[in-house]
Amino acid sequence: MEQATTEAPLKKTPLNARHRTSGARMVPFAGWDMPVEYTGPAGGVVQEHMAVRTRAGLFDVSHMGEIEIAGNDALAAVQRISSNDASKLQVGQAQYSGLLTPKGTFVDDLLVYRLAPSHFLLVVNAGNIPTDYAWIAEQIKPAGDAVAVDVSSRYALLALQGPAAVEILQPLTGVELAPMKYYWFAHGEVASVRATISRTGYTGEDGFEIFVPPQSADRVWQAILDSGRNAGVVPCGLGARDTLRLEAAMRLYGNDIDDTTTALEADLNWIVGWKKDDFVGAPALREQKAAGVSRRIVGFEMVDRGIARHGHDVYVGDTKAGVVTSGTQTPFLKKAIGMAYVPVEHTAPGAEFDVDIRGRRTRARVVPMPFYKRQK
Amino acid sequence: MASYPASLKYTKDHEWIELSGDRGKVGITDYAQQQLGDVVYVELPEVGAKLKQGQSFGTIESVKAVSELYSPVTGEVVDVNSSLKDKPETVNKDPHASWMIVVRLSNPGEAGALLDATQYQDLVK
Repeated sequence: MEQATTEAPLKKTPLNARHRTSGARMVPFAGWDMPVEYTGPAGGVVQEHMAVRTRAGLFDVSHMGEIEIAGNDALAAVQRISSNDASKLQVGQAQYSGLLTPKGTFVDDLLVYRLAPSHFLLVVNAGNIPTDYAWIAEQIKPAGDAVAVDVSSRYALLALQGPAAVEILQPLTGVELAPMKYYWFAHGEVASVRATISRTGYTGEDGFEIFVPPQSADRVWQAILDSGRNAGVVPCGLGARDTLRLEAAMRLYGNDIDDTTTALEADLNWIVGWKKDDFVGAPALREQKAAGVSRRIVGFEMVDRGIARHGHDVYVGDTKAGVVTSGTQTPFLKKAIGMAYVPVEHTAPGAEFDVDIRGRRTRARVVPMPFYKRQK
Repeated sequence: MASYPASLKYTKDHEWIELSGDRGKVGITDYAQQQLGDVVYVELPEVGAKLKQGQSFGTIESVKAVSELYSPVTGEVVDVNSSLKDKPETVNKDPHASWMIVVRLSNPGEAGALLDATQYQDLVK
């Protein structure tokens, strides 16, 4: 078993003690001491994954970073650093986007929330907070009257995901949840704690992400578990979060996207605001769009027995042609699936290639993404 | 608290072997399956494969991790538990009954250096 070691002490979320007393198996992740799965009769990645698909699961994602941008020119600042078109956001609405380099590759991916006409909240990956903040602070200087503030320590973030999420959360809040649309949010209270409730998630399932003050995180966590007891809610770790997001074909920074992959190669054209004014990475992306990409991410299923993993090489014939960026045996679909960058001529569904799994060429077939789509 | 049968011998790599004459059934311990989490894939050798003590004879994968399986003894694989292909999760449910391979020992003396249940229990506690 690999045991990652790091020099700096691991950071702890406000729920760390709760995870430990609840029997979580803790692992280092992006500098944080995080639960990978829970032990006990309802624990383990597979059961946690299935709980989210069929009932509900509760995740501590307080390691995620929050950066606010405010000021009269906040919209212009966000438009400059974020690839998606933030002018389309109404107050109370959120969007998925990319923080891009001038090459059109990823500094990070993020959610952009419009809190007020000139006030935005960016939710970024835990491992990238200092990089993102430094990048944003530098890049928004030309935008005028706008400042970026790293407010990560002001928020704990819980994710309640699964078809029973509304039923479980509604008794705890005055915010009317049923009418809330996907990728919209509202301010209110949860279990008498000031909260922002967002209908978003990283599982491909219905659900909410709930921002609360760190000192109240444990109270909200317990209240949700209590409220969801009859509905079968279980606490979930990062292991299930990863298999759930992969079934939903959501990209993972550091695996599927990074500063070597462009938004077009990552097949994320829909988060590029082609019609808006210039933004960091736009000229490179326009050029790449005109010329056409030479490789693109695809979803695949294994045809032969075996599980492709991050970093395995892709072969077309005898030629090394790409690399697997994510791969697992998925608990719900019960298939070995993954994502890989391959040459564009091999990206059509049905196209086949080989994955080198520890020296063995193992056949895989391109399939449409997402692998899993919930019934609405 | 897991119980480790006294009828088995154990390795520091968390395999067990159940010896019977010059043959030994090999699997992984309860501690190993707990560390792995949900097992979703087991890859085993062909009958006839020759193994050295400590050599990898296959891989076991959980949702998150891949681990090597190491042979507790030197010998030849004479049987493989092919039912684990379709039901790898039995390794989690009943690790000390979920044998993976049967090895015919070419050097039975090696088994003397393996851990007994008490020693193994001390190792993983």
